[in-house]
Amino acid sequence: MSLNILLPTILLPAMILVCILTLFCGYRAFVGPTIPDRVIGLDAIGTNITAIAVLLAFLTGFDHFILIALVLAIIGFITTVAAANYFSENEVIQ
Amino acid sequence: MNILNNLFSSVDLISTLQEFFVILFILMGCFFLSVGTFGLLRLPDVYNRLHATSKSTTLGAASIFFSGFIYFGFQGMGLTSLVGVFFLFLTAPTGSHMISRAAQKMGVEFFGDITWPIESDAKSLSKKPPSKK
Repeated sequence: MSLNILLPTILLPAMILVCILTLFCGYRAFVGPTIPDRVIGLDAIGTNITAIAVLLAFLTGFDHFILIALVLAIIGFITTVAAANYFSENEVIQ
Repeated sequence: MNILNNLFSSVDLISTLQEFFVILFILMGCFFLSVGTFGLLRLPDVYNRLHATSKSTTLGAASIFFSGFIYFGFQGMGLTSLVGVFFLFLTAPTGSHMISRAAQKMGVEFFGDITWPIESDAKSLSKKPPSKK
């Protein structure tokens, strides 16, 4: 009986926690000592943002946010691979 | 017996169990995301930071995706979140492996006085000329 009240109570703190964690990842992306550190920070930001999108699907009840999360995960992966190729081989597609 | 029958025939039990597992997976996802992010902030090296993010953060995001699957069920966006779990487990090791290979080719050193295990391997990898058409 109380779990039906517990889920909306727990969603907003989880959302705020994940948003604060994303800001912390931004610290590593700004002041990382080397370039791969910044790429790792941006990759972690992308993964956290997929989690934020799934939590938004619970919060708003609009379930297409899960599709948005999937597309954000795909874009993050392609960005990571492109950045790694660019910094190691000096070109994105060889 | 009557109470038990009432309990198992009601829809409330299933929905309560579903919400319990949704809450459990959301809390687990928040825990693993926190562990990954603090590892990203606190560990001393590029490779150690990759070790933190590529395991813990992926597990946290996949767990939150899986709570979406439990919440929406075997229809519509629930199946999409299963695809998301599969995709995250497939692509996150690939991406972090490519970042670590790029870091080795750029010549990023380890923390402390640790070197690569075989010196000739590291040199042949890092001095490989960039492939051009």
